Parts: sequence; structure tokens; C-alpha cells
Amino acid sequence: MAEKRIIVEPVTRVEGHGKVSLLLDEENKVKQARLHIVEFRGFERFIQGRPYWEIPVMVQRLCGICPVSHHLAAAKAMDQIVGVDKLTPVAEKMRRLMHYGQTLQSHALHFFHLASPDLLMGFDADPEIRNVIGVAKKFPELATQGVLLRKYGQEVIKATSGKKIHGTGAIPGGINKNLSIAERDEFLKDIDQMVEWSEGALKVAKEYTMEHLEELGSFGSFESSHLSHIREDGCMDLYDGGLRAITKDGDKIFDHIPVEQYSDYLAEEVRPWSYMKFPFIKSIGPEDGWYRVGPLSRVNTADFIDTPLAESARVEFMALTSGKPNNITLAYHWARMIEMLHSAEKIRELLNDSDLQGNDLVIKGERREEGIATLEAPRGTLFHHYKVDENDQVTMANLIVSTTSNNIPMNLAVQKIAEEYISGKPEITEGLLNRLEIGIRAYDPCLSCATHAMGKMPLEVKLIDAEGKVVDQMVKG
Amino acid sequence: MEQNLEAITFTIDGVEVQGMPGQTILEAAEEAGIYVPRLCQLKGITPHGSCRVCTVKVGGSWTCAACTQPIYEGMEVDNSSEEIQTLRKDLVEMLFTEGNHYCMFCDKSGNCELQAMAYRMGIMAPKYPYIYPEAELDASHPDLFIDRNRCILCARCVNTAQEQDGKSVFDFAGRGPHKKIIVNGEKLSDTQLAAADKAADACPVGAILPKKGAYAKPVGARDYDDAPIGSDIEAKVCK
Repeated sequence: MAEKRIIVEPVTRVEGHGKVSLLLDEENKVKQARLHIVEFRGFERFIQGRPYWEIPVMVQRLCGICPVSHHLAAAKAMDQIVGVDKLTPVAEKMRRLMHYGQTLQSHALHFFHLASPDLLMGFDADPEIRNVIGVAKKFPELATQGVLLRKYGQEVIKATSGKKIHGTGAIPGGINKNLSIAERDEFLKDIDQMVEWSEGALKVAKEYTMEHLEELGSFGSFESSHLSHIREDGCMDLYDGGLRAITKDGDKIFDHIPVEQYSDYLAEEVRPWSYMKFPFIKSIGPEDGWYRVGPLSRVNTADFIDTPLAESARVEFMALTSGKPNNITLAYHWARMIEMLHSAEKIRELLNDSDLQGNDLVIKGERREEGIATLEAPRGTLFHHYKVDENDQVTMANLIVSTTSNNIPMNLAVQKIAEEYISGKPEITEGLLNRLEIGIRAYDPCLSCATHAMGKMPLEVKLIDAEGKVVDQMVKG
Repeated sequence: MEQNLEAITFTIDGVEVQGMPGQTILEAAEEAGIYVPRLCQLKGITPHGSCRVCTVKVGGSWTCAACTQPIYEGMEVDNSSEEIQTLRKDLVEMLFTEGNHYCMFCDKSGNCELQAMAYRMGIMAPKYPYIYPEAELDASHPDLFIDRNRCILCARCVNTAQEQDGKSVFDFAGRGPHKKIIVNGEKLSDTQLAAADKAADACPVGAILPKKGAYAKPVGARDYDDAPIGSDIEAKVCK
């Protein structure tokens, strides 16, 4: 009997290019469901040989949505190269301001532009209205807030890095500008409004989750470990901290691990059908050591958040699962909005800090050969690891991008949704297939950021006949 | 021999301009507040005439490099006709496609004369195919590095080192598409080049750059962030 293959390509309303393939048997039962990443970047290879100070400006070109993450992670690694463990107050706070501006804009973009059409219009709504234009027509006030929240975040990025996209602000050992009084005053005018709108968006995400709790409890959901970095006192910190991993029950797998030791705790493997690598926790092993990252994981791993409104929201979020990790995949949206509110609060806190007007921008220490840094990018923990030779040229780069860590979880979400909604159905509708994308979108994946497996990935090509039998096969690598 | 110090009168785009004997078209134009685009020319060193971006048409019949051509009485110079502008634009486009100019991460971006020239000329993307030459980066020197991907073979470094620093550091090797800048030794660190040398600061593009202070100038404060290249020369007219 003939097998059937269903391809959803491209996966829409995500960053980058990917496709989902489903293999169904003769009774429409799902035999296999996979998310494939069909683009390739290869930054890890082609930055080799470049001078190290170019890297923060160069690697951010991985992405147009959260380039600040790569800019800052690389800059933090290069701080190590120039022998700096602690930046001046103005440098650290300018970088943090840049990062919170980015998190604000990136989360706003995802929630309002990419995710809200599914949540507000319905999973099965006509695709003609299940998009950002449809949302703008039906909920004009909310859509406007989304656009203006994003704009505010972008303006913060411009003021701290020089440009809204792909700036140059963070340099090895510091920053190249401070925040002028005029810039600060301009941002202060609107920050209270941004905090209020973030609270509004949080309310939408929370209420959506609570109203659909029964459905979402199983929708692409599964128990998993979670990873993030964490401040010394256990507070959520999106810019800096040690690594913390917890089990599905909230038990610590490891805690406060200095990021330089990441390779003692995490490893990556490659598989033949994806340009993405598959990271895992070493002590658990490649089969079961996968974990989730991103807003859901960060809210799950944090002991507390140091801004009052976001902390109050976190407490409410954790109460739903009695303080245990929340493993509902679509609760990513709720957690993401908690972080958006936290970012807006943090921006307000920083704008009132006179350190931002300081002039001590850059410091230097004793030159080192290796730099390792992490950052909590909007989509999850981001690792940048470089080695630099005596001529200042990069000899090795390893990037573990947030979406890479969510590779197996996204595949699992697709598998679960396919089994629950598609398997055995006589007719497979567009709405059913959209559910696969909704499961992927919850992670806000950046597929273009995450594809660097060149030179390591064995390529496998299979020729399959109409009956699904493998006729020929070639394997390289 | 007695020198004739009487001013020479000639025209640029029909406008009467005065210059002194021995001056080039480019020098006289600059004193009159008229900008002639240029990349290889650098004040204080012998004109090289290699980039040809300063090409002008004289007497409606022949073209020359304004940086090397002396003025003469009654000379009629075309500096802005469509024909001349198109020719210059083509030359600049070819400079882009003959090298590997990735402005997006270059430390020189915003301060780069080639990039600024492209912006001034309204070049959005070259019409010629990119050649993607293989080129070497030499970062052996403790204070400077040379990235041949970005070299436009203007010879500013060659001549500045010789004429102003009194050192033999750079030269050319090869011909045509194989021409490249070489150093006096196996690598840059073998040469006498020092960070304080004028040659270290002579490059119009990002081919020779200091290692320290990269990206220290924020976007918005770079040389060409606010006004196109040549604006400082043209501003003289307004005074």
C-alpha cells in the first residue's frame, strides 16, 4: 500500500526558511513528522581568519530580527579576548539597555505580528484573515500598540548601537557611545506608556492560555528539561549569569555553571536530515539530554524577577503548575509577554540611571586566546565561543544558537500535534496543518540563525518509490 | 628661468575659474570650491592618476585625469556632463566588483572614500558581475593589518611611505587582474611600517587599518554620516 507524504512549505510566520514533512500510512496514520531547516548559513566557518574586533559587527548579520543578540554575545566573548571581565558601568548599562530594547521589539514583533493571528482569529480561521492585516482590522488598537512597542524598542537599539538594525555600539572591552541627556529625555516621555501596553499584551496572552487550558494542556506539549543562564542570586538575568538546567520537575541538573565551562556540560550532535545541530546535556546523553530554552524556560528556571510587575506576573504564571515547571508549549506566549513587560520595566529603570551618561566607555586588560560568552537572546540561551591567534585572527568559532537548542522540542511538538490532530483523519484541512505551524511558532524560532552544520553534517539522500520503498540511497560524510 | 606667475583663466562646466601655472585641474577646481571626485589622489603626495575617477573631458574632445593634467589658458573642462558622470560611475562600480568589499562589517564603513563615492554617485548595486578574487589578509603587524580584499590599488600607501615617511614599505606585483599590493618582506611585520606613519593613515578604503580603536567612532559621528564626500570642498563656494 502506498504511503503519503505531506509537505508544509514554507513554514510561515517564523524567521527563516523551513518545512515540515509528514509521512502517513495508508490509513492516514502519522509514521514520521519532521521540521526540516532548508537554508544554510555557515558563519562558523567563514569568520575564521577575520580580526576578532570585526566579529561582533559581522556575526550579527546572521539575523535581521535579533542581531543585537549576536552583536552582544560576540562582544562579550571579545571582552574576554581583550582581558576584560568587568566592564565600566556605562558600558555594561548601555549594552543592557540595547539588549532590553531588543527583547522588547523582538517579543512585540513575535506576539503581535506572528503569533496573534492564530490566537485572536482562531486556528481554523480563513488564512485570508488569519494574518497581521486581519488582526489590524479586527483589533486596531492592539495592533497599533504592537507596532509602537516594536518601534520604541528599535529606537532604543538605535540610540545605543547607532542603527536600528546591525549597529556597531558594543566593541571589545566596552561601548562606543553613551546615552545623551536629549536621547534619555526622549525615551522617558513614552516609557510609562510602553510598560502599560506591555501589561495589556501580557493580559491577552494570559487570558488566552487560561481560557484554552484544556486544549493547550496537550497541544504539542510534553515534559522537558529547561536551560537558561541565571544571576548569582537566582534572579532572571537576560544579559549575564551562570548556567542553570532543571528537570521537568524543577530539580537542578546543574546550577551557576560559569559559561566558560559550557562544553563540560553540553555537547552537540549532527543528524543527516537537518542543517541544524542537536545540543544535549552531557550527563544525560544525546538520546534524552535535549532541553528547551527561551521565555518558557527562563520563567521556569528563575527564582524571581527583579522588576515588580513582571515578578507579580511570574508568580501568577508559576501558580498554574504549583511552582513546578510549566511544560505547556503554547505557554511560551504568556512567558514571552512576562519578559516583554520585564524589558520595559528594565528600560525605565536604566533610563533613570545617570551612569548611562558616563564617559568611561572602554577598558582593556591582558590579551587572551579564548573567549566564551552567553546571552539570553529573545529566543533562548545563545553561546558564542571563539579562539583567536597571536595575530588577532579568529581560528575557531562555535555558535550554539537558541533555536538550535529548541530543535528537538520543535520536532516533538510537530510530532505530537500530527499524532493528535492529523493521524487517522479522513480529510486533512488547512486548519489542521496550520496547527503544526502553531506548534513551531510558539518557540519563535529563528531558523536562519541556527544553521551552521557545514563540514560536519553527513548528507543522506534517499530515492523513494510510490510505495514508499527505498530504491536507492547515497550517504556522504 | 623667469616664471610666469600670472593667473590662468579657464572654465569648468562653463564657469570661469582662475588657477596658477603648474596647478592641476583638480587643485584649481578645489580652490574654486568645485569638487572633482577622486580616490587615488591625496594631498601632499605625487598624483598617481591610477583610479581615473577624476576623469574630465577637455575641449569637448579628449578625456584626462584631473589630478595629473595641468591647467592652461582658455581650457574648457567638462566636470559634470552625463557622459562624464556615467563614465566615473562605471569606474567606481568596477572597483567594487574587482574586490571583496563587504561594507556591512568593515571598520572603515562610514569613513570609507570608496563607499562614500558610491553613495554620492547614487550606486545602489553594481551592474557588473562580482569577480570574488581570492585575496590575503596580513595581520602579522602588532598595530596594523592589511586586507587585500579591500585594496583598490590606488598606490596612496606606496607613495606616502616613500615620499612622506621615507620608507620603502609597499609596492605592486603582477599585472592586470593579478596586480596586488605587496610589502617589503614576507609579511607586514617584516617591514619598517609604524602605526604613527603617514602611510598607515593614507588608505582611502579599509585595506590598511589600525588594529586598535576599531569601531570606536559611533554611527552618526563618522566622516560621511552627515554629508556626502566632497561637501567640504563645495562648501567653500557658499562662503
